[in-house]
Amino acid sequence: MDLQPVTPIRTYVLVWLTLTIFTFITYVVAQVDLGAFNVVIALGIAAFKMSLVIWFFMHVRTDSPLTKLFCFAGFFWIAILLSLTLGDYFSRTWMPGGKFW
Amino acid sequence: MAELTHVQSEAHSPNLRHHFDDMGQQFDSATFGMWVFLLTEIMFFGGMFGAYTVYRSMYPEAFAATSNFMNPAFGAANTAVLIVSSLTMALAVRAAHLGHQKTLQMMLIFTMIFGLAFLVIKGFEYHEHWVDLKVPLFPSHWAWDGPNAPPQFAHQAQILFIFYFFMTGFHALHMVVGLGIMTTIFIMARQGKFSHDYYTPVEVSGLYWHFVDIVWIFLFPLLYLIGHTRQLI
Repeated sequence: MDLQPVTPIRTYVLVWLTLTIFTFITYVVAQVDLGAFNVVIALGIAAFKMSLVIWFFMHVRTDSPLTKLFCFAGFFWIAILLSLTLGDYFSRTWMPGGKFW
Repeated sequence: MAELTHVQSEAHSPNLRHHFDDMGQQFDSATFGMWVFLLTEIMFFGGMFGAYTVYRSMYPEAFAATSNFMNPAFGAANTAVLIVSSLTMALAVRAAHLGHQKTLQMMLIFTMIFGLAFLVIKGFEYHEHWVDLKVPLFPSHWAWDGPNAPPQFAHQAQILFIFYFFMTGFHALHMVVGLGIMTTIFIMARQGKFSHDYYTPVEVSGLYWHFVDIVWIFLFPLLYLIGHTRQLI
């Protein structure tokens, strides 16, 4: 009985290659001043790399639906934490006389 | 008595704990439990990421100035090293699953070597900060004397460096714990504890190792890349 499907070595190596290439891309792009897009691109690439690690290396691809749900819930929860915290701080200066803190 | 004999006659791995129905359920429970632990780790690092983002947007100029003292080449090298260690870790789990004992032990050793390499590079980097007087936790090793630096930068830069040391420090601590776990798994592998039917500890330790890799995947752009092009001083 197999506890989980066996992933071919080729898949792991391809994922590793993609991760390394994107590390290089994010490093090169950071040397160019793109204004606000620097942050967007850097964090977008980081999120993409994270998804590859979770999906393939951490085997969520073949895990039970319950584990998939919890993995998703974890990131959903951190999204709530960050968006409400940052939403509070960033909107404080919108009102006349509003201070960051 | 007849029923008892019937139960015992079923193929029963010595690794199956009595409160699980079968090896599959035991494996799923273990990985699920590990994910629940990792969610608490996401919250732990997420809080620091959130606080860091608030201070970063509060002090954008001081933040850009501190970026001059970060070396993205160190960060990129460490990212590459950690990604390779994640690959060898994934291959170790695969070898454990297939029952390839020699490959498993070899891949675990590679994983530990790359993990150590990460810490050594990090050590060189910390040493650079120490020499540059950019360690605010030690007053004798803190100075802020950029030629165009407004006085309030000194205080703000201090806060941002403290964030830097806490975030990378906690990550490095997780790496040290990870190396301890890998040593334990390696010893267990040497004792022949893992087989095609039972390699749960290898899989679960792998989840931890990959998680620590993911934390670094976010620390790298946040601490080294963003703001790197805006050199104010």
